[in-house]
Amino acid sequence: MIKTKDLTKRYGRTTAVDAVDLEVREGDRYGLLGPNGSGKTTLVRMLLGLVFATRGEIEVLGVPVPKRVREVLPSIGAMVEGPGAYPNMSGRTNLALFDAAGPGSMRRDRRRRVDEALERVGLAGIDRRPVRAYSLGMRQRLGLAGALLRKPRLLILDEPTNGLDPRGIHEVRDLLTALNADGTTVFLSSHLLAEIEAFCSRVGVMDRGRLVVQDQLDLLRTPTGRVVVGTPMPDAAVALLDGRVEGRDGDLLTVRHADPGALNTSLVEAGVTVTSMVPERRTLEQVVLDATTGSSDRVEARA
Amino acid sequence: MIRVELAKLFRRPRTYVIAGLLCGLPLIVAIFLATTKIPPPPGQGGAFLSAVLSNGALYPAAAMALVLPVFLPVSVAVLAGDTVAGEAATGTLRYLLIRPVGRTRLLVAKLLSLIVFVLFAIGAVLVTSYITGLALFGATTSSAGVTLPPDVTSLSGVTISPAGLVLRLLGTVAYIVVSMLGVAAIALFLSTVTDSALGAAMGALAVLVTSQVLVTLDAAAAIRPYLPTRYWLAWIDFFREPVLWRDIERGAGIQLVYLVVLLGAAWANFLTKDVAN
Repeated sequence: MIKTKDLTKRYGRTTAVDAVDLEVREGDRYGLLGPNGSGKTTLVRMLLGLVFATRGEIEVLGVPVPKRVREVLPSIGAMVEGPGAYPNMSGRTNLALFDAAGPGSMRRDRRRRVDEALERVGLAGIDRRPVRAYSLGMRQRLGLAGALLRKPRLLILDEPTNGLDPRGIHEVRDLLTALNADGTTVFLSSHLLAEIEAFCSRVGVMDRGRLVVQDQLDLLRTPTGRVVVGTPMPDAAVALLDGRVEGRDGDLLTVRHADPGALNTSLVEAGVTVTSMVPERRTLEQVVLDATTGSSDRVEARA
Repeated sequence: MIRVELAKLFRRPRTYVIAGLLCGLPLIVAIFLATTKIPPPPGQGGAFLSAVLSNGALYPAAAMALVLPVFLPVSVAVLAGDTVAGEAATGTLRYLLIRPVGRTRLLVAKLLSLIVFVLFAIGAVLVTSYITGLALFGATTSSAGVTLPPDVTSLSGVTISPAGLVLRLLGTVAYIVVSMLGVAAIALFLSTVTDSALGAAMGALAVLVTSQVLVTLDAAAAIRPYLPTRYWLAWIDFFREPVLWRDIERGAGIQLVYLVVLLGAAWANFLTKDVAN
């Protein structure tokens, strides 16, 4: 669906996006993770033909961008760096105006499509208040409705849950899951680990303009070779395992052991009761911390 | 897209506020003139002003002469400066472009809606000032037509027919639209350069003020014919008998050159611009 090769964007002497080879496949729930200022938004803007690349190639839905981007934009729904709306008009009018501005929108079913999109994002009941009076969360939902207006094949969402409360975030996640199940490819960027971890099947990690990790989430979260053991007899277990216990937190022990099954057997045979036994996996946070060098919004003193 | 632009233009209260302000100035002037009956001496003050006391039907022309030098260009500069930079500031520019609306198309729609605004504003001023003129000064129009005032025409007492007057008014409106398009082109170009609508409007006004100052400066006589505001008042020549085409043609020609160059620059700049806000 999206493929970039050696994609680079320079602003003067700063390199915002540096030789990125992005690949989003059909049906993916792709999460682009990275701290603020790591180049996510610039990358998204280049995919949509808003910002022109310094070097490299982009292909979206099989069409070269930005050369023929106008052919594919009608089948893409997008939200880039927060919603945008005319503050003096109502949300409904805003959606109708944007719909009327571009090609391929039927006038006669516009009203129905606007109502459907508003319904999907939980704004079915909005009245004629101007967008100026909307809360941040409502604007965010309105932006999402705008992206859904023409039933896109590909959704490109930059920080879609910004400004939403936990319930709102959950609703958006459910909505995106449902859309994805219906065949929409979802590409979202976020600086929130938890959001990506909860929703995405494939993850890319940006660090200072470079794409440092890109893989299936479950492949990234490899076992660490440790097992977390819960037992009401931690002292006995520590004495038995002698030196292989790497951490202890009340009744939970972190044990270096390759095989949880064998570990369980040896514990039980020695008379130690085991209440839980979980092979430890790398968290996404660990993956990101290993792959990135430092926070990009940190400004160190020069030596 | 042009329909959307027009919808945005006429849904915004500011369009009506600006038009109302433009209509208000001639109204205030008319009230002072009608109550004091002190006309500016012929040849001084605004064009036509000394003539309207005797003939209210000429007041629309006087009103044009009042709003044209400052008020109308300021409002055009403000609106034109807002076109691209304003969309960028509300975050709507990127959503229009990914809708997708072609960048050229967007600029053309913006320009057309500016023309519509100028026509709307001029129309409002003409209609209200005509009513004001008739109500406060009365009309001496007969079916024979309107007598041109002596301070404007070289031949006093020449009478033009109502049809002739309408033609001359249409010519005036067309000329003013072209002049204001020159202003719009400056502001539109700056609007594609900066993300600040206010900055673009200020830049355009700075150009106009500079031009106005240089027009009156004899030391700058060498460049005077090329200044954008040099021939702004040439539309008065439509009310001479016979119509004096020389300045009108030059004025329109200069505005066209400014239009082509600045719109070309705006287009080239916008087409290759990174939309990063």
